[in-house]
Amino acid sequence: MDLERQLLNGDEAVALAALHAGVALGTGYPGTPSTEILEYLDYLGGRAQWSPNEKVALEVGLGVAFAGGRALVTMKHVGLNVAADPLFTATYTDVDGGLVIVSADDPGMASSQNEQDNRHYARAAVAPMLEPRDSQEAYDHTLAAFEISERWKIPVILRLTTRICHSKTLVTPRRHVPPPPAPGFRRDVPARVMIPAYAKPAHHRLRAKMAEIAAWNEANGFNRILPGSRELGIVGSGIAAVHALEAAPDASHLTIGMTWPLPLETIRQFAASVDRVLVIEEGDPILFESLRAAGIPAEGKPEMYRFGELNVPRVRRILAGDTSPEAPPPKGKPPELCQGCSHRDVFEVLRDMDCIVSGDIGCYTLGVLPPFSAMDTCVCMGASIGVGLGMRHTLPPDEARRVVSVIGDSTFVHSGITGLAEMVYNPPETGHVVVILDNGTTAMTGQQENPGTGRSLNHDPTGKIDFEALGRAMGIQNVHSLNRFTDGHLLEELLKTLLEKPETSLVVVRQPCVLAAPKIRFYEKAALEKMSHACAAMPAD
Amino acid sequence: MSDRVINIVLGGLGGQGVLTASDILADAAFRAGFDVKKSELHGMSQRGGSVSSDVRYGPRVLSPMVPAGEADFLLVLEPTQVEVNRPVLKPGGVLITTDVIPEGTLKNKKSLNVAMLGALSALLDIPESAWLDAIHARLAAKLHRLNDEAFANGRNAARRTFLPLSQRGIEGDLATPNPITAVKSPPAPL
Repeated sequence: MDLERQLLNGDEAVALAALHAGVALGTGYPGTPSTEILEYLDYLGGRAQWSPNEKVALEVGLGVAFAGGRALVTMKHVGLNVAADPLFTATYTDVDGGLVIVSADDPGMASSQNEQDNRHYARAAVAPMLEPRDSQEAYDHTLAAFEISERWKIPVILRLTTRICHSKTLVTPRRHVPPPPAPGFRRDVPARVMIPAYAKPAHHRLRAKMAEIAAWNEANGFNRILPGSRELGIVGSGIAAVHALEAAPDASHLTIGMTWPLPLETIRQFAASVDRVLVIEEGDPILFESLRAAGIPAEGKPEMYRFGELNVPRVRRILAGDTSPEAPPPKGKPPELCQGCSHRDVFEVLRDMDCIVSGDIGCYTLGVLPPFSAMDTCVCMGASIGVGLGMRHTLPPDEARRVVSVIGDSTFVHSGITGLAEMVYNPPETGHVVVILDNGTTAMTGQQENPGTGRSLNHDPTGKIDFEALGRAMGIQNVHSLNRFTDGHLLEELLKTLLEKPETSLVVVRQPCVLAAPKIRFYEKAALEKMSHACAAMPAD
Repeated sequence: MSDRVINIVLGGLGGQGVLTASDILADAAFRAGFDVKKSELHGMSQRGGSVSSDVRYGPRVLSPMVPAGEADFLLVLEPTQVEVNRPVLKPGGVLITTDVIPEGTLKNKKSLNVAMLGALSALLDIPESAWLDAIHARLAAKLHRLNDEAFANGRNAARRTFLPLSQRGIEGDLATPNPITAVKSPPAPL
């Protein structure tokens, strides 16, 4: 075990702690800013794999924990929406191995479609939540999360934010972690089969667990008090608390490590020790409202600071009560589709054909920007198909026939397959056309593998989903594939033909991502070599 | 000398190696024994958009982000990105642009980021060995020689362009405006 002090970002620190905790499996779906956690866990020699989406990842993690193994499940904030269904009932169950769910929030939307504050989930799903302030705490809190999870047999959420994930700070691996017990099946039907008869007492047990954890948090949590001036006491958590330490060096500070269930008595005592209590938090006023609900006379931030990330200058403004308009940040060069990117041609065709494009989440969302300006909707993973169908059902036929759904390969596996089921089951009168842009990788998040690439997280060969065969098996009437290298010029003609048909159509446009192509060739070559070695090693008949 | 936090911002476009450079800088400061924090935004960085990264080092660093108007040094790898990043620089802070690298002296354009670190290194109190160790730790072995040369290139060029830290005004007080550091861009190299 490498116990040297090292410079790690928050994601890497979580992975190192997971490795030290002996996780049986890390699983998740790539999403900025969480992606590096599982990649680093794999790099360190831990077992990590990408799931098709976050719901499946959490279900797999829950199974690992039921079987007595420790599981780490990672996702970006919007991923927890997808995993919310298992989450809200997983908390009712008893896990044997620790189950830690990492939610990496993106206040300021550096690379996301919204800035939802996932602290709401801890309260709503009734799960303990830890919020580290830097990479050291990301490491420490991950280990603590496994301990808490096993002690109370409950899933624990570790909430990171972009600045924690992507800031490097020093980490000293600290503790020897007792290894998890050997995996084995323990039958416990009332604690794991959530039919109403068992779920009703389980809900009561869950609330009792939370009361115990709250008491533990008061006495042993990661609440840090930095005494200072009596005039002002600042209560905060995560990166916001660090900005506050810098912006108000003379104030008293209480930084909360476990932000759900809150250590309300600790906060009450702190509040009593100062003249004025100010809550500094990024995003929604969750901490502020919880304190006020508990009768602690806290002040919050002006509404304008709900939006975007906090930083030291913005915290200084909050401290000064400054609500004057903030200078807009200097406009940098926006990102764009790479030169040579296969998506470029497709969006040129869609633009020139004046299609109504129901888009999705990935690199190709950049098709909305000039010179393409060829995307009309983008909401969440997989929405391109459902939204496209909805528009088809409603628009006058002339307009409906212009609607095309465009989705990437990884996004299609994540949430597009059920959209195809909807298309087959409830086809619009004008039919519909779904285009899968298959660039052979999950490009936007940094070229991760997915079930469509036929390679696992560590790039070894594994099962591969055949999109065309899937489409045909589901009953889609027209299924076409098009190699953009050789047949790119045929796309426009093909789309014209399909848009005129009142039938369901799936077109898979293939060309490897220009950034990933050299790596894909390398992985393919490595796989072939591995196979030929294996063949050579086989005894002759 | 760094008894206070030194704030450095690196800027450029996606694909130029801004994040690699800030990794090397942060590691060099760590190897020199400082507390260090580095912050950046990933995600869009490979798609040619503006990229910047903050590195702070000193006896104890709190926020990982350099507050606007408080950067001691601003290193910009792409001329079009100078004005976008300029607001981070404090009055009297040092702007280092690609002008510092003599034209035609880089064997490979891809090592511009390391050459620029070489220029920055001439102004910081981090030993050269820490820089080289950090470069070697971050880059593949086959790239070491090329980047060592690029680093030396930038370091020597900056020594001709800027006064080293120890010879500037009051030692350790970078806030003191210095006629040499306050120039908009460095004079043409010899």
